[in-house]
Amino acid sequence: MNQFQYVRPTKQQAAIEAVAKDANATFIAGGTNLVDLMKRGVMTPQKLVDINRLPLAKIERENNGLRIGALALNSAVADDKLVREKQPLLALALNAGASAQLRNMATVGGNMLQRTRCPYFYDTTMPCNKREPGTGCGALEGINRMHAIFGFSDKCIAVHPSDMSVALVALDATVLVSGPKGDRRISFADFHRLPGDTPHRDTNLEPGELITAVDVPDAPFTKHVSYYKVRERASYAFALVSAAAALELDGNTIKAARLAMGGVAHKPWRLTAAEQALVGKPATEATFRQAAEVAMQGAKAFKHNAYKLKLAPNTLIQALKTATTA
Amino acid sequence: MASEPEVPANHDENRRTFLKQSSLLTALAFVPGTVVEAAAGKLDERVAEAFEQVPLSLKVNGVRHKLKVEPRTTLLDLLRENLNLTGTKKGCDYGQCGACTVHVDGQRVNSCLSFAVMHDGKEITTIEGLADGDKLHPMQEAFVKHDGFQCGYCTPGQIMSAVACVREGHAGSEGEIREYMSGNICRCGAYTNIVAAIQEVKDGGKKV
Repeated sequence: MNQFQYVRPTKQQAAIEAVAKDANATFIAGGTNLVDLMKRGVMTPQKLVDINRLPLAKIERENNGLRIGALALNSAVADDKLVREKQPLLALALNAGASAQLRNMATVGGNMLQRTRCPYFYDTTMPCNKREPGTGCGALEGINRMHAIFGFSDKCIAVHPSDMSVALVALDATVLVSGPKGDRRISFADFHRLPGDTPHRDTNLEPGELITAVDVPDAPFTKHVSYYKVRERASYAFALVSAAAALELDGNTIKAARLAMGGVAHKPWRLTAAEQALVGKPATEATFRQAAEVAMQGAKAFKHNAYKLKLAPNTLIQALKTATTA
Repeated sequence: MASEPEVPANHDENRRTFLKQSSLLTALAFVPGTVVEAAAGKLDERVAEAFEQVPLSLKVNGVRHKLKVEPRTTLLDLLRENLNLTGTKKGCDYGQCGACTVHVDGQRVNSCLSFAVMHDGKEITTIEGLADGDKLHPMQEAFVKHDGFQCGYCTPGQIMSAVACVREGHAGSEGEIREYMSGNICRCGAYTNIVAAIQEVKDGGKKV
């Protein structure tokens, strides 16, 4: 691993300045992804700014919602009484990710900033526009069984690996950031980017900007929720496809719905058109199939991931069924 | 790439120190040329120190250690290489197998995926710190009784994870144990017996 300088500021402004003024500096929180990437030479920061001593780990009520600090651990959020009561979908998604040990290290801010697990991104002997812009995409004509079916470009077909982010985009969360030019709020749907011509940029964060918290507004999705994750072993694997479903039911009629998928695009994939196709309809398999059909419009597969064109709608239907009976 | 460091004829340093210095010079290839030049002729210990060492205070298995480490030293390597606590195992070194599981302030973590300096001031418990003198921890006894291992390489991580699993309250059923132990891979496939050992400890009601 490359040598680097290590600093551990105790003031948020000092941390932001340290990264903002040095293009080779980066924040480190849990480190579960960054350390992994540094060991493989995929990322080679010259300076690490350890933010773990900043007071950003609280989970509290704020403006008709929950404010979850960026440094709150994934395990702490998943086990939190308020989160389980107000936003059970978020707890389900968090517990579907990684392992108990990793959830004890990984933070909320870090989870949304984790990099793709595309094997071409991880292998420094392979071309990858995300790792080294301009070198090409190894996955496009390569082994692309884990890759995107929505929103990709000819520069990058990688998927975002986070489960938590799939729940947060469905729940209309907002990311709070602080940077050299001040504070701002970014809606979760606009936080991650599609690859386009700039796949090296995963998010819309500007240099030096630090995630401080996530706001999750209260919503009537406290009972009929499901995070359905399909993977190649029963636990501790990234999703082939996952689906977050949250329903508000009046008897058997769907009053409101939220849907998002993971493992299908460069960002957590919100399905607003499919949500609209559910509202006012009975919560039946026929309704769910129609919504899944809407959700899959525009999907396109590559050589090795055509199975996702069937797996994705089926996962969505299963999530909706599970949410209905939850 | 920097040239080989000069080793004085009468040096009494062991091979490991030599290798560390060599790797330092390799690393210096990434820093400005003037610094490399200054260090390459005759290894300047003060330059080496400035680049290499960060102070770190840790309590490991109840013993306070005041150390100086390279920032890139993982907690796992610190335990094994600097403190000679080799009970914690290096399996994959990428957070995929759980062999390196230790407790930091009571929470189970993968020690391979964090830098030691990030744990300044914290309390670490490794497999060596679990027993009470010669008296095994109930989880260690249960693993022996239920044959919760074959080759034993994953066992220290399994046991540290199992203790945390019970303490967290995530050992309520076989299904829950399997889910919350999924971060510990056993290539011998001793899972059935590992689950039995954890269930016995959980049901036995002994303090873990």
